[in-house]
Parts: sequence; C-alpha cells; structure tokens
Amino acid sequence: MMPSFPFLKNKSVENTSKIFIPSRRDFLKIGSLAGGGLLLGISFQCTSKEQTQTFAPNVYLSITSDNTVTIIAHRSEMGQGIRTSLPMIVADEMGADWSQVKIVQGEGDEAKYGNQNTDGSFSVRMFYEPMRKAGATARQLLITAAAQEWAVDASTCTAENSIITHAESGKTLTFGELASAAQQLPLPDQDTLELKDFSAYKLVGKDTPIIDLKDFVTGRAIFGADVNLPGMKTAVIQRTPVVGATLTSYKDAGALAVPGVLKVVKINGSGNPPGLTKPLEGLAVIADHTWAAIKGREALDITWELGDNATYDSKAQLESMKQSTLEEGKIRREKGDFNQAKQDAALVIERTYEAPFYAHGTIEPPAAIAQFIDGKMEIWAPTQHPQWARDSVAEACGLSADNVRVNVTLLGGGFGRKSKPDYVVEAALLAQETGMPIRVQWTREDDLHHDFFHSHSIQHIRATIDADKNLTGWNQHTVFPAIGATSDANELHPSDGELGLGCIDFPYEVPHIRIETHESKAHTRIGWMRSVSNIQHAFATCSMMDEIAEAIGKDPVQFSLDMLADDKKLDFAGEIKGDFGNYGESLEDFPWETARLKNVIQRVAQESGWGKSLPTDRAMGFAVHKSFLTYVACVVELARDSSGKITIPVVHYAVDCGIAVNTDRVRSQFEGGAIFGTSIATTSAITLKDGKVEQNNFDSYQLIRMPQSPKKIHVHIIESSIKPTGVGEPPVPPLAPALANAYYKLTGKRVYALPFSL
Amino acid sequence: MANFTLTINGRQQQVEATEDMPLLWVIRDLLDMKGTKFGCGQALCGACTVLLGDTAVRSCSLPVSQVGEQAVTTIEGLSENGDHPLQKAWIEHIVPQCGYCQTGQIMNAAALLKSNPTPSENEIEQAMAGNLCRCGTYNRIKEAILTASK
Repeated sequence: MMPSFPFLKNKSVENTSKIFIPSRRDFLKIGSLAGGGLLLGISFQCTSKEQTQTFAPNVYLSITSDNTVTIIAHRSEMGQGIRTSLPMIVADEMGADWSQVKIVQGEGDEAKYGNQNTDGSFSVRMFYEPMRKAGATARQLLITAAAQEWAVDASTCTAENSIITHAESGKTLTFGELASAAQQLPLPDQDTLELKDFSAYKLVGKDTPIIDLKDFVTGRAIFGADVNLPGMKTAVIQRTPVVGATLTSYKDAGALAVPGVLKVVKINGSGNPPGLTKPLEGLAVIADHTWAAIKGREALDITWELGDNATYDSKAQLESMKQSTLEEGKIRREKGDFNQAKQDAALVIERTYEAPFYAHGTIEPPAAIAQFIDGKMEIWAPTQHPQWARDSVAEACGLSADNVRVNVTLLGGGFGRKSKPDYVVEAALLAQETGMPIRVQWTREDDLHHDFFHSHSIQHIRATIDADKNLTGWNQHTVFPAIGATSDANELHPSDGELGLGCIDFPYEVPHIRIETHESKAHTRIGWMRSVSNIQHAFATCSMMDEIAEAIGKDPVQFSLDMLADDKKLDFAGEIKGDFGNYGESLEDFPWETARLKNVIQRVAQESGWGKSLPTDRAMGFAVHKSFLTYVACVVELARDSSGKITIPVVHYAVDCGIAVNTDRVRSQFEGGAIFGTSIATTSAITLKDGKVEQNNFDSYQLIRMPQSPKKIHVHIIESSIKPTGVGEPPVPPLAPALANAYYKLTGKRVYALPFSL
Repeated sequence: MANFTLTINGRQQQVEATEDMPLLWVIRDLLDMKGTKFGCGQALCGACTVLLGDTAVRSCSLPVSQVGEQAVTTIEGLSENGDHPLQKAWIEHIVPQCGYCQTGQIMNAAALLKSNPTPSENEIEQAMAGNLCRCGTYNRIKEAILTASK
C-alpha cells in the first residue's frame, strides 16, 4: 500500500468524475425513495476502472417527494467545515433551498466515493468542479421535467429555492414534485452542461454557517468515542514506551483484580520500523467502562525488551544534525554556482535554525470502535482517511476489505494525526480476538507518547551579498528525519515531496541557489502535521530573508517584492534534482505565479499599516509563504506593557486561495491557523530521552490558551473567480517567522530556535 | 463499589461506582450522556467542564464520591432547546470548528456569567484560560460571551 502522504494526489479527479443515474435496483435500495424521487450518483474514480451502475448505490444526491435534498458528505469533518462547503456547492448550483438540504456522512469506500483522504488541504480544490457538475445535472433534469409537464421551452424555466418557475405563466413546481419525473429522463450531456457564473451563486463565495452548529452547541454531535453499542467494552492499552520495543513478559493479576476489568489481551506490534498503519506493541486492558480500564492498566506489571531506540536522545540528535549541515550534503536544487557567489561576496550571513518535534494535540484523543460479527468487521472512528483505515484493518485482521465497513464520525480535531489508522486497527484486532464490541480509548498521555510526530529539524542557510548590496547566493541545508523513515529505515534524506513544501520551491530571483539535504534517522514515529515541513522551511526562510533585508538596509516587505522581481510563472526547470510535486497538481493547472504572491504581500502591508511609525513598545514582523497552492502573507504585531510582558494585539493575513467557497470558513481556518502557529512558535515541543517522550500532558506539552492568543486576527481574502485551493494548512507556516521577526524588532533579539518564549 | 445518588440536570440518578471514579466517566459511561468530553484527564484542558451548583468544575478530576448533593448541570441540561443566551451567541458568531471542546467552553462560560454577568474582555480571557481549543476559536468564543452578556 502506498504511504498516503498529505501532499500526494495521484490523478486529477476533475477529469474522471462521472455522474450517472443509478439502476432501478439501486434506486429501490434507498428506503426513503420508496415514494418516488430523484437519485443521482457521481463516481470520483481516481483509477481507470470503469464505473458500473449495478453495484451498491453510489449515491451522491437524492430528492424525495417531501422536497428534501439529501447530499452525501464523503470527506471527513474535522473543523474545516467541509461537510458544509462541498454540499453547499451542489445545492447552490442546482438552486436548492439550503434549509431543506440534509447532509449524510458517507462511509469509507473508495469504489463508491473515490479518494476520501481528507488531508493536504485538497477537498475543495479537488471537488469544486465535480460538485458544480452534480448540481447542474440535477437542475437541468428538474427543469426539463417541469418544461415537459408544462409543454414550454426549458430555457424559459428557472430553479431557485427548490422550486422550478415558469415566469411567463407563473407556474411553479417544487423539486420534490418533479423528482420522480426527472428520474425517468436521460442524463444531460456532461460536456455541454451549463454551469452558473460565479456571480450568480447565493451560497458560494459568501459566509454560510456550518450545518453542525446546533449539534455542536447542544452536545448532540457524535465524535469517535460517543458511539455506543449494546454490550460494548472499553479498552485502554499500555503501549511500548520506546518505539520498536517488545513485550517479554507480564503479570496481569493486579489488573484483573480491579472491579470491572474483564480481560487483558496482548497486541503484537510492528517492531522497527514501526510503519504508518500498524499498532505499537502493547497490552490492552478490557473493562466494563473507561475508568476500570485505566485503573487496570495502572496495575499491570510488564517487562519490555526496549530495543535499539532505548538510548535515543532527541537533543543529542539535533546537535549531530547541526554539525552535519556544516558539511557538504546531497544537492537537491542547483542554480548557478553558489561557491563562486561565496567567493565573490562582500558579506556572507550564516545562520542555523532549529525546530522541535511537535505533537498534534487534538483535543479529542484517538478513539475507535469495532464490532466483529459473522466474519464482518464494522468500525466507527474519527478518521481522516477511512479507506486507509479499512484496508489496514482488513490486512491486520486477515479479512477482505469487502468485509470491513468504516463509518466516519465527526473528528475532534485531526491536523494529520487521524490520517494514520493505528488506533482503528487496535480496536479491530481486539474486537476480533474477544468477540466483543470494543471501544479503544487513548488517554492524553497515550496521545502525546505515541503520536506520529512532526519531525524536529535543523536548517543552515548561507546567504551571500555582493558589494552593491545584492543578494547573490542562497545555500540552504535542511535535515530532518523523514516521514518515509517511519516505514522504511533506509529513508535517510527528506523526500522530494517534503522538500516541495516550502524549501525546494524557494521563489526568489537569486542567481546562485544550492539546496542540500543531510542524513538523519527516525527513532520515533514521524508523521505529518498541519502544513508539514512547510513549518520549519518557512520559519528558516522568512527569518533569514528578514535578516538579509536588514543587512542590506531594505524594508523586508520591499525586499521580498524586489526579490520576486518581474511577474512570471516559476517552474524551477533544470534546477530541481528530483520531482517537484506542486502538491500533486500540474504546473499548467496550478502555476506558481509570482504576481499572486506579490499581490498578497502588498495587500497585507496595506491592511496592516506596514511602515507606519510605531511607539517603542510596539513592533511588526512580516512573512510570506505559499503552501498547498495558496498564497499567504502575514503581519504580526507585538506589544510590550510596562511590566515587560509581551502580547500579540493583532495579526493580519492576506490570502489568495482562488474562489473562497465559504468565506466564513476561510476566515475561521486562518484565525485558527494563527493560534496553531502561535503554539508552534512559542510554547510546544516534544523531546525524547532514553527513547521515551518526556512530555505527559498539557502541563508539559503546552498549547496556547486564550490570554496568550492573538487578540485580533484579520483575514483579507483576495477576491478571485479562479479555481479554488485549500486553506486548512496555509495559514500556519508564515505565522512563526512573522512573530519571530516582530520579536526581533521589539527586543533586538533574533530567534533561531522554536519554540521561543514571548 | 458504592451507590451514589446524583442530581444531574434536575433529575435524580442512581449509579453504582467505585468512590474514585471521576464524574466524567459516570456521566459518559454509566449514564450514556455524551455531550461532556474527555480531553486530558488531569483538569488541564476543560473539555469535560460541567457545573456543580453554579461553579464550573473539571469532571475528569472530580471523584463521584465528592459530588454529594450538589446539583450537576451538563451541556444537555443547560437549556431546554439549545437556546441559552450563550448557545444562541455561539451560533450567531459561528464559533465552533471541530466542535469537540465547545461544550466545555460553553459550560465554563455559563459559570462565568453566573458569577459575573458583564465580564470585560480581560476577565473573559482569565476565566476561560483553563479551556483549550486546538482549532483556535478563542476570539469567536470571546465575542460570543460578550454578545451573551449584553
């Protein structure tokens, strides 16, 4: 199975999506349609596999006679608002009354829904066009049905608020009244389908409240651990304290003596390398309820063979990584001759940047529920990637994927953690072993000890400046244990994909560029966290650019604009040694446009009042970083009070994400991204000693709280009608360097290591 | 194991539990009320916040044996129809992102407004400092509390 990196998207879904009218047989399977209605399927095949119309209902959209439009949400909801944004596009395009739209979550099934990997900020990017086409198809079918009923020309009818109207005669019919007639019509030609102009949308491009709002504020929303099955038991697992360790012996008498504890079951771990899909070795305590399982676990007596990682010290590794970046590395991008630039330089600035391991810290710790009956496994889980969970469960349990069903609950935060299915596999293995419905509940300590961490990193940058104060050379060394090393111990360098996240795509017009990587090993599980290696790359690059601007006596905003030079489309042709991923998109479809980057820089400067004179207890910092095909510039303002305490009164973002589908959710992603970025910059760090994570809970792994949070976060969205790109991750990377640059302005101290205390 | 009589959302409930079982697990596992969330188990994140009388408490760290006769209010009992001024304000400001921590945030805010019906921004920040939100909805929470306190 291909490791499912967030930034990989194999084929464009847009070109292979297909809308179809399901067979009569499938139609009848939908109970709610017994009284007639319209049913449309869309297949999002990412493979060349031919869509058949006879298998289980691949339903996307249905209209029942009571005028309810039901739309399947096939992507996982974790706070980004996707359960609202994608159905909104369908509803708006078809002219449905949004208040009569019902959203149903689709289970994990690639044959039905295509790619469901909710990661990499690509849901809107990938599905905007298919959603429009689905909505337009339904609209056209309904209009045709109405026109036939009234014997009028279809072009004289309109669809709005779930009603088709013939203006001339004043006749109206609801979608519900027309649905059965529409079902009998042939599918309109997909190539000549008329899509609404962006300006005609009533929901798209506006603030639309999320559909789960009422459930969220009343406690009715169902997250992973909230699913309750009859007879369900709870498992809490003692996992290996060191990745790759094995359990040699254990005594469970103490655990079994705890009232409510039923069983102790061993889970065989994957050893080393740990892999992205497998559970860690552990001992599960199964009990009537969570508390008994927790108390039972405390009473276990386990002997571990700790293995190769038992001497691992993350601080020592950072030191040796630091040393390695001073040597020659493996060249990953080369333009011009950096050595020559260095020789000719009037000034060379050399800086080292460091960032720690980060844990995702979703407030909902991982949890999953599994039930195994008659050879069939059913799962309920807060998962970003239900298909990967399904395949991983099938493999671990020796089942065919057809016998595994994954129901997706709401996710109490994801940020990349809940892409990995290890906790789902744990529940499945225990359900299979015991025959009981099992909920695996991770505690916060489990979550922080056994995460797939964002990798710690070192970067060493040399910048050369000539006698005329031009930046002539950029030599960036980057080293961090790669995500791939979690599955393959021979992966010693960051992958092309990881370098494509804000490093290899250094966009500035510098004549001599050399980017190099160095070897490092993974001694814990490495994964991806919101914006992935863009975090460290943006921190180093934007900090260094600020320092260079100062050295040559230029304003950093002006310096960035100058260095982007003329408007052009970047392709890095002939310079990049491996693949330039461009987040899985072609440069034709999603070009790298310096004009758009300059535009967000100018906008953020203007909105923040960049350059205005500030009192001595105030300072602004700037950073700009494109990631996930979205262009973002950021200005952070800091204030120091009379006691010396530093706060963040305001953050400004300018963002160009093409069409902003739900403007409110674009803003909320940026508001949250600023706060996520502030945690990364100032409070959070995971360290390992003797192979064990040193932080246990939110006292030692600190997240930003309300008093430390930026007081105002302004999000300036560039108006655009070009195809949309995602916004889940792009707010994060520029925040830390903008904050660090502001901190320097305020205090005179440059920041070279994250996190730093304000 | 012992028997406890709890008053939760105005209803008397009998449960059998060990004395040290946190109120959170009594509510979630024994009474099957899922609006109160587990986040950290150490009173560090506030996801499990409920009211004990008029005071916000972290139910993950409150043993059931210490509840006594004090009335417990969970998110399910905050209002009849989800129309508490805070819930209405939360909807008006579209506060939640993933939604997970929000019930704890609302219960904590409810306790704040009981003791201080018109808090300043600074007072809100201090009162809400014990409730983590990883999605980063703090500013909208603050605005919603200000709206509800008007």
